[in-house]
Amino acid sequence: MSVTDLTGLTAAQAVAAIERGETDATELFEAYRAAALADELNAYLWVPDGAPDSPPPAGAPLAGVPLAVKDLFCTQGVPSQAGSKIIEGYRPPYTATVVAKLAEAGAPLLGKTNQDEFAMGSSNENSAYGPVLNPWDRARVPGGSSGGSAAAVAAGSAPWALGTDTGGSIRQPAALCGIVGLKPTYGAVSRYGMIAFASSLDQAGPLTRDVADAALLLRHMVGHDTRDSTSVGFPGEIATPSAERLDGIRLGVPEELTGDGIEPGVLDAFHATLELAEQLGATIETCRLPHAPHALAAYYVLAPAEASSNLARYDGVRYGRRAGDGGDLPEMYTRTRSEGFGVEVKRRIMLGTYSLSSGYYDAYYGSAQRVRTKIAEDFRTAFDNFDFVVTPTAPTVAFELGSKVDDPMAMYVNDYCTVPMSLAGTPAISIPNGLSEGLPTAFQIAGPAFSENRILDAAHALESAIGFDASGGRLSRGGMPSTSSGRGAGGPAEL
Amino acid sequence: MTTYEPVIGLEIHVQLSTSTKMFCGCALSFGEPPNTLTCPVCLGLPGTLPLANERAIHFGLMIGLALESELAPRSIFHRKNYFYPDLPKGYQISQYDEPLCRGGRLGEVRIHRVHLEEDAAKLVHAGASGRIHGSDASVVDFNRGGTPLAEIVTEPDVRSAAQAREWLTLLRTTLRRLGVSDVNMEEGSLRCDANISIRPVGSATLGTKTELKNMNSFRFLERGVNAEIARQEALLRAGEAVVQETLHFDPATETITSLRSKEEAHDYRYFPEPDLVPIAITLQMLDAARGDMPELPAAREERLVGLGLNAGSARQLAWRTELGDFFETALEAGSAEPQPLANWVCNELVAVVGDADPATTSVTPQALAQLVALVVAKTVTPANAKLVLDRLATDGGDPAQIVDAEGLGSIGGGDTLEPMVDAALAAHADAAEKIRAGNMKAIGAIIGHVMRETKGRADGAEVTRIVRDRLGV
Repeated sequence: MSVTDLTGLTAAQAVAAIERGETDATELFEAYRAAALADELNAYLWVPDGAPDSPPPAGAPLAGVPLAVKDLFCTQGVPSQAGSKIIEGYRPPYTATVVAKLAEAGAPLLGKTNQDEFAMGSSNENSAYGPVLNPWDRARVPGGSSGGSAAAVAAGSAPWALGTDTGGSIRQPAALCGIVGLKPTYGAVSRYGMIAFASSLDQAGPLTRDVADAALLLRHMVGHDTRDSTSVGFPGEIATPSAERLDGIRLGVPEELTGDGIEPGVLDAFHATLELAEQLGATIETCRLPHAPHALAAYYVLAPAEASSNLARYDGVRYGRRAGDGGDLPEMYTRTRSEGFGVEVKRRIMLGTYSLSSGYYDAYYGSAQRVRTKIAEDFRTAFDNFDFVVTPTAPTVAFELGSKVDDPMAMYVNDYCTVPMSLAGTPAISIPNGLSEGLPTAFQIAGPAFSENRILDAAHALESAIGFDASGGRLSRGGMPSTSSGRGAGGPAEL
Repeated sequence: MTTYEPVIGLEIHVQLSTSTKMFCGCALSFGEPPNTLTCPVCLGLPGTLPLANERAIHFGLMIGLALESELAPRSIFHRKNYFYPDLPKGYQISQYDEPLCRGGRLGEVRIHRVHLEEDAAKLVHAGASGRIHGSDASVVDFNRGGTPLAEIVTEPDVRSAAQAREWLTLLRTTLRRLGVSDVNMEEGSLRCDANISIRPVGSATLGTKTELKNMNSFRFLERGVNAEIARQEALLRAGEAVVQETLHFDPATETITSLRSKEEAHDYRYFPEPDLVPIAITLQMLDAARGDMPELPAAREERLVGLGLNAGSARQLAWRTELGDFFETALEAGSAEPQPLANWVCNELVAVVGDADPATTSVTPQALAQLVALVVAKTVTPANAKLVLDRLATDGGDPAQIVDAEGLGSIGGGDTLEPMVDAALAAHADAAEKIRAGNMKAIGAIIGHVMRETKGRADGAEVTRIVRDRLGV
């Protein structure tokens, strides 16, 4: 097969092609490695010198289809820097559980992808290694924090990728790049080896070209890990989604997340898909998530609080950057961290340090925890009456580079529709939902804890009906925006 | 002049003798080369996560049971945040407002709480001072980092340095009896800080307290607390105020210096550790802890008194577990009565073995019991029995055989002693005359004569009886 043909396959199609003997793991790896090396989007921070020495284990279900991995996953002997200068060049002595599991299942490491520093950001402009460009329009951001992973998959330089989602860091860049992104139930996937941002929220998940690939990758990610006391594994197996209809499915549309603040083009696409869902047999009703409007505020107390503690270890003593060796200990700490961390990371460390301080703890951290509990209750109540809660994933299409960097609040609002599920610990998927002004919009489906199989089935049915044309993001098209508008080109993307 | 009374609370850190560290699988360190017992978790490398050590929780529950604490059905770990090179994560995983055990009592001192945490790594400062200030360089040994600790906090029920020392001894015995720690102050597996204030006797309000650290032996604990009490008293008598601060005791000079004032105190920004699920105590865990509980010193003391021992013997045997065990095994041999046996264990045996465990010497409990029986039966004099004990300690063996072989048996029968006494009276006629005249002190010469003749094997009381009989006094 030609290189273009090879990189045009979804991961599941590539597995089938290898099994049929139409290509092999090394040829596929080299095709993608070349694409990754040719990447002009700054999506990659590290690409290996060659294909793995040893072929994938015999009978490995993922057959050698390579995997792009967000920088913050620790990979033994390979730079793992979480997009930060403070651990520039850091090569861990061990590999994250989920990366090791996927390698064992036959998905070798294709490269480490760019990200917002320590996963703090919604545009990938907070990377210490420069912003990632959106393959649909290089003047625009890919979203974040898993921006490199999303851009690589959208551009076709990776068949699929690993990301992490703390408040939307998989779903929002998937939305802005026109691909599928899934945040699993908190605890379904091991966090061991993920460089932590906010421990009670961080969760690894797949970024893929379609829903079937998301299911295939997730199947080999979930599982209890004895090294992560918060991991619970997954009851049963992640199945291959096959549903074409939504008969009897009750969709709740939360009025709090589908009103003001959502761009008209995004909202139009969302409503058009609701109509499609109805045609497929679903019932659509308004639901309430009364505390959802407070989710963002609670999130920006809790996540920075945990981050302020998680990032304390970057002190220049044992690894990573050290500055100010000439001075005393406090000077060394101060200079190391002043020089090593970027502006957004420092902002969140300060926010978190403040909200945990004696005398402020209850007013900030305590209140935010109470809001979090209320939001989880809101979802439980909603799921008593609905199979899924659906929203647009991001309130806007991809915005221009530099347009929000000086306005943290404007940036934080990107996560308005994704943060509530993160606080509730419940799973949600983002699927491409047609274009607005030539740029991808996305549809989010959220379900109760461990409902991933049902979410994937519903997403599969809608994906077929929406028929998103992903070609506008492909490098082979020169990264130019698709000329199609509104609902996309109609009909499944030709691959 | 006002008389002051000290009010003292103790904070004790106990290294638990689990086989692995608190939150990872590394073995505990016993002086291995630096940084050889480490892993990504206890080095705090990016991406690593802690796992709570079940055995440490088990030991924590046993401590709680021993201290009559309330065991929390659910407790959580917190992060205590501060920057220091011995703390690789920038926070210590500890417990805060939901500890494993609350309340309790040991002896006359109430317990406030018991919680679990991880130890910091060891900092070694190069340079003359031996402390971080003024050192040329500091290096970190992470072998100790992550060692499980139980922190025991008392209520301010201690009223003197001597009481602090005595109570800590009871605590150490209790912990040693539980088998949860080596409890060695010099090696740091038992560490004690003291919160100290003083107030006029009779006052109900507490004075300003200071926290005194680094008293790394029982002796230094007593000296340090006394020095701090004296320092506070001098301040108050001079009309000055005690300032709330953390103090460092220097055992070499016995001086007290300020580590940090209240204003410089850390804000630890405690918050629940999100990487660990709460500790939920199951019935099985409680049963396991109860099942592993040995008899504790306080209960043993009471039981020994019940056997008829006097208070001093009972406490000594109960508080030195190995002596108590030796005593009870010897008692089971059945040949000796409790109190004489206890006297021999607490006095003569201790004189021979010192601080060592008598089980590590050649004296068996059965042999000691036999020896005591021989003494009680007057088969051997106490003085000669000590010689037998010395032989037992070096060579072991059977007491009766040693007595026979060495010719140490008492000469107590009238048939043997009476002619000797007669001979002695004849040889010391002047002494005999004085005794007749009522001067019993003169009997020493007669007894001395008989003892020389018998090489110390005569029973002095029997000799006295025969002398009185012969002289009619």
